[in-house]
Order: sequence, then C-alpha cells, then structure tokens
Amino acid sequence: MPETLTELKNAIEVRNLDFYYGNFRGLKEVTMNIAERKVTAFIGPSGCGKSTLLRTLNRMYSLYPGQRAEGEINFYGTNILDKQQDLNLLRARIGMVFQKPTPFPMTIYENIAFGVRLYESMNKVDMDERVEWALTKAALWNEVKDKLGQNGLSLSGGQQQRLCIARSVAVKPSVLLLDEPTSALDPISTGKVEELINELKKDYTIAIVTHNMQQAARCSDFTAYMYLGELIEFGATEQIFFKPKRTETEDYITGRFG
Amino acid sequence: MLTNFNQQLYARRRRSNTQGLFLSMCSMALGLSVLLWILFVLFSNGLAALDWNILTKDTPAPGSEGGGLRNAIIGSLMMVGLSVLVSTPVGILAGVYLTEYGDQSKTAELTRFVTDIMLSAPSIVLGLFVYAIAVATLGRFSGYAGSLALSLIAIPVVMRTTENMLRLVPGSLREAAFALGAPRWKVSTLVTLRAAKSGVITGLLLAVARISGETAPLLFTALNNQFYSTDMSRPMANLPVVIFQFAMSPYDNWIRLAWGGALLVTLAVLVINILARVFFREKVSA
Repeated sequence: MPETLTELKNAIEVRNLDFYYGNFRGLKEVTMNIAERKVTAFIGPSGCGKSTLLRTLNRMYSLYPGQRAEGEINFYGTNILDKQQDLNLLRARIGMVFQKPTPFPMTIYENIAFGVRLYESMNKVDMDERVEWALTKAALWNEVKDKLGQNGLSLSGGQQQRLCIARSVAVKPSVLLLDEPTSALDPISTGKVEELINELKKDYTIAIVTHNMQQAARCSDFTAYMYLGELIEFGATEQIFFKPKRTETEDYITGRFG
Repeated sequence: MLTNFNQQLYARRRRSNTQGLFLSMCSMALGLSVLLWILFVLFSNGLAALDWNILTKDTPAPGSEGGGLRNAIIGSLMMVGLSVLVSTPVGILAGVYLTEYGDQSKTAELTRFVTDIMLSAPSIVLGLFVYAIAVATLGRFSGYAGSLALSLIAIPVVMRTTENMLRLVPGSLREAAFALGAPRWKVSTLVTLRAAKSGVITGLLLAVARISGETAPLLFTALNNQFYSTDMSRPMANLPVVIFQFAMSPYDNWIRLAWGGALLVTLAVLVINILARVFFREKVSA
C-alpha cells in the first residue's frame, strides 16, 4: 500500500494560487501539498508554469516588479505570501538550485561559507567542518578537498552544479527547490545529481522541476503534471506514471503530446 | 560544379569585396599614420628634455636655463590621486545604484540622463562651474578646486563603466545569491561587484587616463604654481597647464620642457591604457 498524501506531514501547502506576470496569468488556482522529506516533481511542457510555481515557493519572483502571486502558500503554517514575510529569512529556509550552475566568483571554500556566514557566526574550525559536511553531502568532497582555495569557476559543469547544491545544503534549509538542475549536465553528472537527490531527501523536503520524464519517475515520490498554468493532475509518482486519471496526463507521459 | 552557379555574379562580388577591403585598409592606415606621426613628433621633441632634472628640479623662471617639472608632476599626481579617491567610491556606488537598486526607476533614468550630459560636457564648462562655486567664492585658486573639477569628469566615466560591467553579470548569479537569503547590499557588493571587478577596474584606469591630460578644468581652478608646493589649499602646479603655458612661451628652455611634459603625460596614459587592457583580458579569459 503506497503512502497517500493524507498520511504525510506537509512542509508546504499551496492553496488557490494565482500568479501574474503583469496582466498575464501564469498560474491558475493551483492547490497542492508538498510533503515533508519527500521529492515532489513538477512536469509539463515548456511554459506550463512549473518553474513559475517553484519560484513562488521562495518568493524569487518578488525581485521583479510587475510579478505577483495571489492565494496562499503555507510553509509550516505561515503564509509566505504575507506582506510581513521576511524574504531573506524565507530564502535561507527554502533553498534553490538553478538550471545553469552559478558558482560565485570566489574560491570553492568561500562559495560554501558565503551563505553560512549570512545567518550564523562560527569560528574557523566549525566553518571548515561545515564546508566539508556540505561538500560531502553533495558528493563533491573527494574531488575538491585538495583545491578548496581554487576559484569555483575552475570546476567542470557537473562539479559546479554539485557545488551549487552544496552551497544550498550548507545553510541547512528545510526545503530545497531544484529548477531543472540537470538540464545543462552530461549523463554521468546527471546520474550523480540524481543519486544525490535520493540521498538528500532523508533530511530535506525537495521540489524539483524537470523536463525529463524518466528523471521524475526515478527520483520523485509525488508528481504534479501542469499544463497552461493549471495543475492537471497530482499524485503519487507511481500512480501518475502507471495509472494516470486524466487523459491529458497520459498523453503527455506517453509522448503523444508535449 | 554547382548547377546554378553564376560566374558573373560571383566575380562581381569578389571585386566589390576587394574594393571594400582596400578602402577600409586605407582608412585604417590613415588613422594609424596620424597617431604614429603624433608619437614621432612627441618623441623627437620630448626625448631631449627627458633627463634626471625633469624629475628633480622645479619649473625654471622665465628666461633662465635648466630646471625641471618636479612641482608639476607632484601637483598632477596629487590632484589626480585625490580625484580618484573621490570619484572611485562615488562612481562605483552610483553605478551599483543604477543596476542593482534603481534600475527602471525614474530617479535612475534621470541619473543616467544627467550622466550622459556630464560625459559629453565640454571640460572647460566643468572648469568654469568649479571656478564659480569653489574659486570665486573662496577667493583663491587651489589644488582642491582642481581635484574637484577633475572628479566631475571622472565620476560619470567610472559610473557608466561600472553600470555597464554590472549589467554584463548574468541575472542568474544575482538570483543564486538572493536564493541563499542574502540581503541586497551583500548580493551587490560580495557577488555582482566582485564578478564585475576587472571591468570596473578597467573603467577606473580609463578615467584616470582621461583626467590626467585634462587642461581646461585646471586652468581656472588649480591655476599654476612656479614653486614646489604640496599644500592643496593653494594654487598648484600641474603638467597640463605647465605644458600649455610653456609651449606658448618665447623661451627655448620652456618649450623644451613643455615637450618633455607632453611626452611624460602621454607615456603615463599609454601605461594606464595597457594596464586596463591587461585587466580586461584577465576578465575575458577567466
């Protein structure tokens, strides 16, 4: 008997979420739950709103005037769409990894320490430990332990992306948002990142946007299929992939559409 | 052979290609030869004046022999130095404001517009402005006034290059820093400004190169001083004005020194430009 949504604790509850880019309505009445310590995948054709949804979860859209969200997103009981929400604190608790690797123009060590220093003050020994811990979590430690002083940009693409994951993990958020984290990577690096996702979900709640259906099937516990800003179907990944309730979902998954 | 190959058309295109190439080579040669000519004249007249004295002796009295440009060199270094100290923070912070904070706002648009005017304003106008506010009111010419006038020229240059370089930093890098919960000022200073560092330094160097040869703004601000002085609240000797006065004088010794000074300024600007290129190349290869 697979776990059902109701038995799990929800980290994030999205209720009647509408999103606007100026006058364009990018999300329509989205309601869904993101379960704690599970991987939730968002799939759907380009422009369906899956990245938009992900970017509402850490209020990334607030950087851009003209973009706004209506509805409710409850993060452990607090509505993060509230005007009073401290965005920096929110983003420290809900981390994000992007499509393209974005190492900061500083050393590998500093890339990790940067985020940690924002909210914690610790001595050198503790920081060293934290950096090693984060890099180990991201399965990168063995490759970089002898060159922590090198610029983050000197790493390969796959390593850079794992550095970015380590950077997000290092601040110990409770949720990790992954926006197509492997679309710029080769298959071997992709495999490593996917293994990493399976490893990380023991401690973190993960939401991942992906264009790769196999990836969603391999990595996620729950899958949301979106189309034109609407959440078409949401359920356990197994059910979405093997017994989709809606024909639209089935068409997309079997490749007849999209 | 291609089936629809038109031999005539192809020949015509080759011909116009050759003509176009020839014309652009000619204009290149014209531009370059003028530059080389300037350098040749400068070196042939200036090299004779370049000796140890030019660095150790002060400007000579009219009609006297010997002397050097020490007071003018020190004065120029001090005024340019102070103006760099002023315009670096102002220009960089303003550039940061334009990209990271203001961006589309009315204030930012107005600032950009004013900066564009400042960039193209004749430097003599800026000199007159400083004369009116800092020299006429206080009743004396001073090195500070000269520095202020030079800063007015340097600030827009630094500001605009900083802005342009920050714009080249991909938005994804900013988002990544924000996504860690970094406040905006940390994102701007520790991430974006650092990513644009070499470009910003290049801009600074170009601003220094620009102001180190400016004469007009110093004519009515720093004026000149025949003696060695490091008191910036008094009139100050400086290379451009000394060159201007000495070159127009009837004394052979002064004319010789003017050429020497011109060569010194040119060499300094050349070195700064080369440094700027080196910095920028590092950025591109990084």
